[in-house]
This record gives sequence, structure tokens and C-alpha cells, in this order.
Amino acid sequence: MAEIQNFTLNFGPQHPSAHGVLRLILEMDGEVIERADPHIGLLHRGTEKLAETKPYNQSIGYMDRLDYVSMMVNEHGYVLALEKLLGVTPPIRAQYIRVMFDEITRILNHLMWLGAHALDIGAMTVFLYGFREREDLLDIYEATSGARMHATYYRPGGVYRDLPDEMPKYQASKWHSEKEVAKLNENRQGSLLDFIEDFTRRFPTYVDEYETLLTENRIWKHRTVGIGVVTPERALQLGFTGPMLRGSGFEWDLRKKQPYEVYDKMDFDIPVGKTGDSYDRYLVRIEEMRQSTRIITQCIGWLRDNSGPVMLDDRKLTPPPRESMKGDMESLIHHFKLFTEGYSVPEGEAYVAVEHPKGEFGTYVISDGANKPYRLKIRAPGFPHLAACDEMTRGHMLADVVAIIGTMDVVFGEIDR
Amino acid sequence: MLESILMLWGAIPVDLQTLLIIVAKILIIVAPLLGSVAYITLAERKVIAYMQVRIGPNRVGPRGLLQPIADGLKLLLKEIILPTSANPYLFIIAPVLAIGPALAAWSVVPFDDGMVLSDMDAGLLYILAMTSVGVYGIIIAGWASNSKYAFLGALRSAAQVVSYEIAMGFALVGVLLAGGSLNLQEIVNAQQGSLLHWFWIPLLPLFAIYLFSGLAETNRTPFDVVEGESEIVAGFHVEYSGMTFAVFSLAEYANIILICMLCALMFCGGWLSPFQGIPVLEGFFEFVPGIVWLLAKTSFFIFLFLWFRATFPRYRYDQVMRLGWKVFIPITIVWLLVVGAAVVFEIPPWFD
Repeated sequence: MAEIQNFTLNFGPQHPSAHGVLRLILEMDGEVIERADPHIGLLHRGTEKLAETKPYNQSIGYMDRLDYVSMMVNEHGYVLALEKLLGVTPPIRAQYIRVMFDEITRILNHLMWLGAHALDIGAMTVFLYGFREREDLLDIYEATSGARMHATYYRPGGVYRDLPDEMPKYQASKWHSEKEVAKLNENRQGSLLDFIEDFTRRFPTYVDEYETLLTENRIWKHRTVGIGVVTPERALQLGFTGPMLRGSGFEWDLRKKQPYEVYDKMDFDIPVGKTGDSYDRYLVRIEEMRQSTRIITQCIGWLRDNSGPVMLDDRKLTPPPRESMKGDMESLIHHFKLFTEGYSVPEGEAYVAVEHPKGEFGTYVISDGANKPYRLKIRAPGFPHLAACDEMTRGHMLADVVAIIGTMDVVFGEIDR
Repeated sequence: MLESILMLWGAIPVDLQTLLIIVAKILIIVAPLLGSVAYITLAERKVIAYMQVRIGPNRVGPRGLLQPIADGLKLLLKEIILPTSANPYLFIIAPVLAIGPALAAWSVVPFDDGMVLSDMDAGLLYILAMTSVGVYGIIIAGWASNSKYAFLGALRSAAQVVSYEIAMGFALVGVLLAGGSLNLQEIVNAQQGSLLHWFWIPLLPLFAIYLFSGLAETNRTPFDVVEGESEIVAGFHVEYSGMTFAVFSLAEYANIILICMLCALMFCGGWLSPFQGIPVLEGFFEFVPGIVWLLAKTSFFIFLFLWFRATFPRYRYDQVMRLGWKVFIPITIVWLLVVGAAVVFEIPPWFD
């Protein structure tokens, strides 16, 4: 009798639900997974090494490109580590702006995750609904920083510039008449804060829409309940953080446990799952979107009432205003020095972790006193999650592998770095 | 002119005349069918687009109306790639095997009273046979491609079609019991009376099961595990390109229309007017030809197929199987007894 062999399937990297460039070697018994072996490194760009060769500020842009669906939070981790080394604290207004944009980014990330996860399981419409809202959020990014994705907005010592007083508007064209454009511009009449406030008012109803499509849907429950179960103990051992850990019932959120910036002044709850399966992680993330909206609303309230600088007034760290640079020799020198050589960071090392939408995003910087890091190490939250792929998928079927990759919320920009 | 044509016609032997008439009839059925298949792809993209707050194709022709033609042209001009490890004969035969039965099944479908290519007594059986043969195309495609994804798709397809064929067959037995015939024309005529005389009321569970099995048979969401894009990429036709791929799509959409039309014929009174038996409205809508009603009902079911696709996630393969064997088949068997009893005791208004 012929020996029965397992079926080895090469899943990815060119697979529609490989979330970029994941390559899985699946050993299957029929449709049942016996072993899943994730291969990484196809999106490796050497971010950590590149950071060693250029002044500190020039690496902020690389941080956006790590987890390219939660751009500003990556920047936040890096910038906080530098501030810790430098021993500076940004102005309070900058801290509020950072917290607000962290939460906007969290919603951006969770929308992308929700859409991709639903699409993996076959529900197409949620994906496009999610992109409708992402459009507004990316417009907010664009209005503030000038870029829709890779913002490079946070700087050591604050943020690059204050929030704009006016929201950019659509203009009539061959394809959109004045009337249509007027309708599109309805909520863009005021400042950026007005637009964000309008968004926070609309957003909970949108979340209700996604939930209508998924939460009580029998097929959705069939596909997610009991899939990829991780016990709280095992989740800790595997190094899970963020929604993956909270989905297993472990209440751990750096925003509450080690508050940074002004998170200690914010009123919000940490959603926690019970069973540790895909469905609970889905519920946790949905609730996180609602909680993020709450935080954004609080930030808007504060930012409206309080004005002030958004950048430290330290010319050895932050560039002078352009007007003074044109007429003032000292400012010109400062500008020249900052944009060529950069600033030097005192000798030492610092590890800072922020609550990234995907988990704990840690940045470890070692400085030898030069104008660039001696070593930069990034702890990507997705990495330990992906490492658990084998354990989570074993014994499940091929279709569940896709659902489990989806629930892990992996983005290869940060895993491969 | 006309006389000379008639003369020419008369000169042809009678057998050849019959053959020519049949060929003409086939063309009259198949040409609009393929046209509607093309435009259902456009309808699908448009309907789903509007459900997903986008616009859909609007660049080719006015409002995107020429999109299917552009698509067809593109597929025609594309290279047909034959994978080196594939079995070349089976690889080419598979799409033919898929589309042949999908078109052949149409020969017994009546479009109006008496408007049918072949008024066969065993029409229902013939359709069941034809739709079952179609799965060979899929299995052979998956096997001949010599690709693991295609192979998984073919295996899933074989299992799924076999299971759903049973539920579908039982649903058809219910129709046979109720209509007292296997001939589709007689089944429709047995539903004469009014909207309430149609079989959708006494056969409601069978109707639903037929519709959902139809979804499974044509590999549509939420039962599209055979093609499951996010799992096995495209399933059985992952290695196909150009026209061979297009032929699979043609077969799939032709099957969708067929299933929807059969739903209309067997459960919703076919070409019968929904206003039959209603005093004023019946006369008012008298002028509407039966085929319009049939097409309207078919379109409604096709819309349902598209709507499902925009709404539902996909079942997992084993869940599809469980639904087929543990839910659909028991329900059909139980309901067959109910229908049988209703027929025996001549329950009005359907079976008197």
C-alpha cells in the first residue's frame, strides 16, 4: 500500500489574503492543517540599519512606513524614545494633538483590519464601507500634515505644525458639478476640529452599520467563534499584546497601565474578551473604535478651549520659524545646523513602548552622543502574533487559516521592518 | 423576392427543413442568453457597487454600458496559457464540458405557453441531469491543471455538488408531486388561478432550499467555497486564462439564469400574471405577454443572488457540507411527506 503523504501547500506570498507578503508553508491532511510555517522577510527594508546612518529626525519618515496602516503611532513610539533620551517634554497642546492623532490612527488601523478580515471571510461590503470612513480620516491627515499616509508629523519636542483653521474643500470639475461639490463640502466649512467633531458624531452610526452586517450574522459567527483560541496564560507566554491579549481576557493597555502624554486625563474603557477566539478579538476591536471616538471627542474639547505652542522653543532641537530665518542670522545658522547635521542626543539608552493599534510598539534607542543613533531596535507587535500562527492554526481547516491571519492583524511593514 | 425564398425553402428536403428550424430555434434561445450573461456581469458589478457606496464601471460607453463587450473582447484577445505540467487535452475539454450542459439544459425551458424548443415529458429530470453533468467540467479542470489550489477547488466542488444535488433533487420531487408532471409547461399550468395558487406557498421550504442549493450549485456567495477567492485564490479555474476562463464564467452565469428561471417556473407561476384572479388589475395587465412576467420574476431572483453576494460572508467548506446534509436534506424529506399528504387529501386551493 502506498504511503499516505501530507499535502504541502505554498500559501503566498502572491496570495489574495496573505496580507501583503506572508508566505506560509502549510502541511495539510486533506483540508486540515497539521503545520503552518510562516516565512517572513519579503518586505525587509533594513529600517533599523538605515536609521543608524542618518540624523535622528530623518528617520521619522521611516517609522510611518513600518506599519503603514497606523502611521502616526509608529512615529509616536520613536519620538517618545528620543524625548526620553533628550529629557524634554513637549508642550501640553502638542501632547493633546498627539493623543488625538493616535486615536484617529487607531480607528484607521482598525477599519483597515475590519475590512481586510471581513474580506478574507468573504464579506465584501464591510471592506468598502470601511474605506468610506478611512477617506475622511486620511483627509484629516492630509489637512494637518500635508500627506495622506506617511505624515512625518510628530517631532521630538512637539508636532510639526498646529492644526489648520480651515478644512480643504473639494472643487467643481468636469465630473462633479457645483451642486454635488457643495454637498461634499457641507461638513468642511469650519476648521479641522469642526470636521473631526462632525466625524466623531457620524462614526458611531457607521460602526453600527458594520455590526449590523457582521456581529449577529450566523455565518460570521460560524467562521469566527472558536477559531484560533488562545488562553490568557498562553497569550502571555507567546508575548501577545494589544487586542490579541485583551481578546483572551487579559486587561492590559499601556494607555492605562503606563500612561504617556495626556492619556491619564482621558476617560475611556478597555474592552476585554472572554474566550480568546477570533470573534472576541473582533468585538474588542470594534469596541476600541468606539472608545477611540470618545478620546478624540475629549481631545477636541480641550484643543478648542486652549491654545498655545505645539513645539518646544529650543533652537538646538527645533527649527526656527521661517520668517525669522529670513532676517535673523542666528536663526539661519540654527536652521542650517538642524537640517544638515541635526541635533546630538546625550549618551545613553531608552526603551519606550506605546499602545499601538496592534499591541505594544516598542522603540529602543542607544545613543553614543552623536547626531544619529548607535542602534535602533523596534519591537513590532505583529511579530510575536505571527509567530503564534502555527499554534493557532493547527487542527483548523484551510479556510480558518485565512480567518486567523486576519484576526492577527499583521502588517508586513513592521514585521519585516 | 419572397416567393423565390419560399420556393427555395420548398426545394429543401423535409428532414433538412426540420433541422434548419431547430437550429434557428436554438440560435433564438442561445444568442439572447449569451447576451444576457454578458450584461448580468455588468448588472452584478453595478448592483454590488451601489450597495457598497461606489459607482461601478462607468467609463466604457455611456454609463459603462459597453463594459461587458470590452471585457469579452479583452478575454478573446488574451493568450490561452497552457501550464507545462497540465494535461493539455483535459485542460481544453474542461471548459467545453462546463458550458455544454449549461446551454443544453435550456432546451426544455418554456418561455411562454407553448414557447419551448423541446416539449419533453421528462423535462425536470433532463434539467437535473444536465446541471449535474456540468460539475464534470469543474472537476476535470481542477484535475487537469495539476495545481494544488485547483485540485482543492475541484475536490470541494465534487463534494459540494453531490450533496446539494440531493437536496435539489428532493425539492424537485416535491414540485413533481405538486404539479403532477415532469413537464415544465404542465407544472406552470398547474399553478393557474392566482398569486396564491402558485406553488411557493405549499412548497415554501422546498422553494427556499431549491434557491439556496442553486446558490451552492452555481458557486455563489455564501457557498462559493469552490472558488473562495481569499482561500484557494480562484479554485478550479486558477490556471485558466483568456477565452478558456471566459467560457467558465459564461457557464456559471448561464447556470445562474437557469436556476433563477426554474425558480420562477416551478414555484412562482412562470409566465402567469401575478394579477390573475384579481378583478380589475387582471384585465388591466392582460396585454402584458407571459414572457415578460417570466423574465421579471427571473430578474428578481438574479437580483437576490447579487444581493446575497454583497451581504454574506462565506461558509467554511465543512459547514457547507453540514448545512447540506444535516439541514437541507432532512427538511426536504419531511416536507415531501407533507406535500404527499396534501396531494392525497386534495387540499384546496392548490391540489383540488
